[in-house]
Amino acid sequence: MRRLIASAWVIARRDYTATVFSRIFLLFLLGPLFPILFGIVFGAIGSNSEGPPPRPVVAVATDPASTGALLAARAKLASRLGDDALPDLVAASGGDAPRLLQGQVSYAAVLTGSLADPHITLSGRAPGSTVDDLSLLLDTARATAALGRSAPPPVALPERRVAASPADETHDRVALARAGQTALFFLIVLLAGMSLSTFIEEKSNKVIEVLAAAVPVDAIFLGKLAGMLAISLTGVAVWGVMGVGVVLTLFPTLFAHAAVPAVGWPAFVALALLYFVASYLLLGAVFLGLGSQAGSPREIQVLAMPATMIQLLLFGFASAGVAHPEGWVAKAAAIFPWSSPLAMLARAAERPALWPHLLALGWQIVWLVLALRAAAGLFRRAVLKSGGGRRWWRSAARA
Amino acid sequence: MPSVLLQTALCVAEGWEQPLSLEQGGWHRGEKGRKNVWNRNSLLAFAIDGAADRERDTGMSDIAVEAHGLVKLFEGARAVDGVSLSVPTGSIHGVLGPNGAGKTTTLRMLLGIIDPDEGWRALFGERDPLRAASLIGYLPEERGLYPSMTPRDAIGFLGALRGLSQAEGRRRAMELLEGAGLGEVAMRPIRTLSKGQAQTVQLLGTIVHKPRLLVLDEPFSGLDAINQQRLEGLIRAEVAEGATVLFSTHVIAHAERLCERITVIARGGVRFDGSVAEARDRLPSRVQLRTRRDDGPWRASLPADTTGRDREWRFTLPLTGIEPVLEALIAGGAGIEALQIERPSLHEAFVDLVGEPVDPSDDEELAA
Repeated sequence: MRRLIASAWVIARRDYTATVFSRIFLLFLLGPLFPILFGIVFGAIGSNSEGPPPRPVVAVATDPASTGALLAARAKLASRLGDDALPDLVAASGGDAPRLLQGQVSYAAVLTGSLADPHITLSGRAPGSTVDDLSLLLDTARATAALGRSAPPPVALPERRVAASPADETHDRVALARAGQTALFFLIVLLAGMSLSTFIEEKSNKVIEVLAAAVPVDAIFLGKLAGMLAISLTGVAVWGVMGVGVVLTLFPTLFAHAAVPAVGWPAFVALALLYFVASYLLLGAVFLGLGSQAGSPREIQVLAMPATMIQLLLFGFASAGVAHPEGWVAKAAAIFPWSSPLAMLARAAERPALWPHLLALGWQIVWLVLALRAAAGLFRRAVLKSGGGRRWWRSAARA
Repeated sequence: MPSVLLQTALCVAEGWEQPLSLEQGGWHRGEKGRKNVWNRNSLLAFAIDGAADRERDTGMSDIAVEAHGLVKLFEGARAVDGVSLSVPTGSIHGVLGPNGAGKTTTLRMLLGIIDPDEGWRALFGERDPLRAASLIGYLPEERGLYPSMTPRDAIGFLGALRGLSQAEGRRRAMELLEGAGLGEVAMRPIRTLSKGQAQTVQLLGTIVHKPRLLVLDEPFSGLDAINQQRLEGLIRAEVAEGATVLFSTHVIAHAERLCERITVIARGGVRFDGSVAEARDRLPSRVQLRTRRDDGPWRASLPADTTGRDREWRFTLPLTGIEPVLEALIAGGAGIEALQIERPSLHEAFVDLVGEPVDPSDDEELAA
């Protein structure tokens, strides 16, 4: 095993340095940034043409006099500042702010108390300016009420936040699960397909015989796959850093109001990375095996389309179970090794338990070993015209 | 001791009649402006290091390569059919055969690139050849290098595949490249090198880890006469300091000059296994005789297979020797003007063994 890993390391290191330290790798890094850049530009243009975002709705559950004063203050300010500058106020009965926030109507905040002693309760959806806007409305209402007397001091608005309603939370987490799955799917589609053509260079320049004479074919496959994974992770790291930087610059409050995955953000990010690696290796092993049978770039091109279709099928299978993580479709997608990473990433967004992920990662590792063995065996039999079932099992037993 | 042997081998390789002493350092043929010329001192130092490395390997088998009954089927056809051979350590062993005889398949099975369908093989006693990979250097028939790599990195990579660290591989690569007169191109992509330079890089990659067994598949293919001679010198040098060399060729002249033992393969099977002398001894010697007289009763004493005219006679050396024939000719007054007994060449023995001629141009190229 030690020799296998050492040999694979030598091959992976060569592939990594030969690729990453080449000029063409810069194009590889820039490639996915073009659609992102276009997305941001056209998104900005689209958002401008769509006008301002919808106004948040605030439930006013104060005493009737205060409610009337606040509604009047809003009408007065709206005539000067414009209707879109202020949140909508809706008179609500009952002073239980959490109940109002978790009810059918999607309020951003609930104002309780009175003009003299106001309290605000914010939902997770409340924009950052909600407290300031309401303070302005309260100050205006208080100033109007105090006409002819000395102006009251600016209001101090005690605030508290409540968790989103279970329904909202579920909805948000399903959306997060789908977003995570989609991101993982696109990364795998972009990157794992490269494995198809990995052996073309070795076969065309006859290096494969030098490699096969020096190290086991299993080590060649493992090294090739590890090298491709390292190259892909380098790309993902660059794109990730740039993407997060762009998002934080353009949309600084996006993450503050985003849904929190069930396992928490740190665990979700770690699991996303692990499932990317698992998915890449599982699909890469299959593509490496298939690609090693090809004798020319043309044959690789022919293989590329079915390979993409396979990934689309896996994505469709995994995404079918997202809305019902305990349903049989979700469980079947989590068990089938090649859709398991996608399904389990969705589960990480929806369910807090971590032990199923340990189980799933172990299961995926088992299948990765089997897939690599099968791919190497296929290569030995079909390309090197060597080995058979007896040899395969003997090797497995020896390892 | 290995260094003394090495000096002898190098002198033979370079055409010197007497071995040089180590104190005669400074002699080299790597003068400025000449490409692909081995620097003797570099090669010597490298080989002495290799000898030290090899001497550290103790407890190894006296048989470097052993195979018994190797069979390989390709789509039902027997590409190799029951090949057995044994190569003692420290020897040069040739695998001879016409194109398509199964030489490359045999070597691939010996190295573990492919598995035999029947039979077994062992390298230094190890039934799984890849377990002995760090002791072996392999030069495939179809040379393979990454075109975008530099010679230094390519040789270092080949060394790393055989267990060297990357740093050590690169250090040795520079040493070897300098010795081969390729120091100037050490950091250029291989795609920019000439074919001969690339072949030299591949060869250096084969020996960078100082292997105990060199397996060379048609190593002289594609080399010009000068580089063929250098390669012969390198093979002798490697053997002189303890390595074993097993190479395949369809060019008989190389085998005749280099090999102690040969295995002749044809149509997948072994036709002969033994020393070069034994192969040649399979055929009787031929006698060329020129007499002063054209005819006479003495002609009856010539062997039955005699051919010839104008006093030039050719016949197979009788089992009883040439003496009885000569006595009869002298007694009959034929008058012996010239007599030559020709031992059969390995080429003739090869043709006799294989039953089909090889391309004579291959040998003619090397006759010089």
